[in-house]
Amino acid sequence: MSTFVYMTRCDGCGHCVDICPSDIMHIDKVTRRAVNIEPNMCWECYSCVKACPNDAIDARGYADFAPMGHSVRVLRDEEKGTISWKIKFRNGNEKNFESPITTKPWGKYIPKLADGEMPTKEDIESQNLYSEPLGLNIDTGLPNMEKMKFKIGVYY
Amino acid sequence: MLATNPFAELAKSIPSIAIQLFIITMILLVFIGTLLDILHKKNVKYFFQNAKKAKKQAKKILASGEKTSIIFKTIGSDILTTAELGAGKRRVAHLLGMYGTIIFWVSSAVMIFGYSSSNTITPLYLPFLWHFGALMTCLGGYWFWFFLRVDVAAEAHPWYRLIQADLFVLSLVITSTLGLIWSFLQSSNIAGWDILFLALFGLSNLVLFGGVYWSKFAHMFYKPGAAIQKNLAKADGSRDNLPTPSNKPKQFGLGIKREAPKHY
Repeated sequence: MSTFVYMTRCDGCGHCVDICPSDIMHIDKVTRRAVNIEPNMCWECYSCVKACPNDAIDARGYADFAPMGHSVRVLRDEEKGTISWKIKFRNGNEKNFESPITTKPWGKYIPKLADGEMPTKEDIESQNLYSEPLGLNIDTGLPNMEKMKFKIGVYY
Repeated sequence: MLATNPFAELAKSIPSIAIQLFIITMILLVFIGTLLDILHKKNVKYFFQNAKKAKKQAKKILASGEKTSIIFKTIGSDILTTAELGAGKRRVAHLLGMYGTIIFWVSSAVMIFGYSSSNTITPLYLPFLWHFGALMTCLGGYWFWFFLRVDVAAEAHPWYRLIQADLFVLSLVITSTLGLIWSFLQSSNIAGWDILFLALFGLSNLVLFGGVYWSKFAHMFYKPGAAIQKNLAKADGSRDNLPTPSNKPKQFGLGIKREAPKHY
């Protein structure tokens, strides 16, 4: 399968471009709309389909296994934290279900970012990500290795 | 300058029939360009195929009264006031450009076909509307070009980076700008320069109307149809085959409530 874009729905916001793990969603330079530049490389992860705020992206099945027009449509609700799925099989059967945006149980393990401390200027400028180094369970901080040390024992 | 019909002044040196023929040629170019665009991209074919598919998935059959009310609502919100662009600067800029262009084109056509001969007197409001329309187009267009378009606002590209998708907006604002400059030079009796800017104004019109096939000019014909189809699909329950929105309580999510980026 590969994704394709409904041109009348797309407004070229570029969310699919940002999220595509294969970097194959691009903004067309003529129409300024999203386009899958390499459908062969699309592994139907549905990231762009879910991210599209205009529901302008769909995925089509290859004719060998989806010859009679099945469809898989997705709706992401950021506020409710849900992904709604509508799957139509080629025999006409339909399945509707919802899954949480995260793979963790609903309502659990949600970091309360607003209750945390405001990051300082040093925090913002540091290379550490949010919750690092605490989240890495390294009391002494991130390991720091000199660049030349990488070379030790490596013979090219 | 604001009260002078520049085409009546022009008709003193060029026969008004030539100016009228130019306008007819421009209309023909738009027609041919759009037709070629439709034939090449097959967008209209796919659009109707999709609409037919959506009709099959409809959960309820809309009465003609319901359909008419949806169409009128769409015309009022999505088309005439471009509600799709949200409530921000982008919408204001688009409305300025859209209505400015309509006023500019309609007043041009009325002045050229009705008041370009030497024995007619142009009503004062027409040249005023022509200049006002061009100014509105410039204001909305340049605002969009320098600050609001996605390449500059979201992608941080410099304003002078050009791609083919810019052909429409650039030729539109340049045409209005050159029209205003030509009108100013003509009313100030600056010989030579007014002819140069008249030629440039004509050339920019040729690029704008002759470039329909290569530019995004035809979006003004497709967008209203797409908006009507979208709202009809929402009303008849087919919803473009999308799942029904979640009815889960809000606390399941992160409670993120941000405006979806639908303003491009």
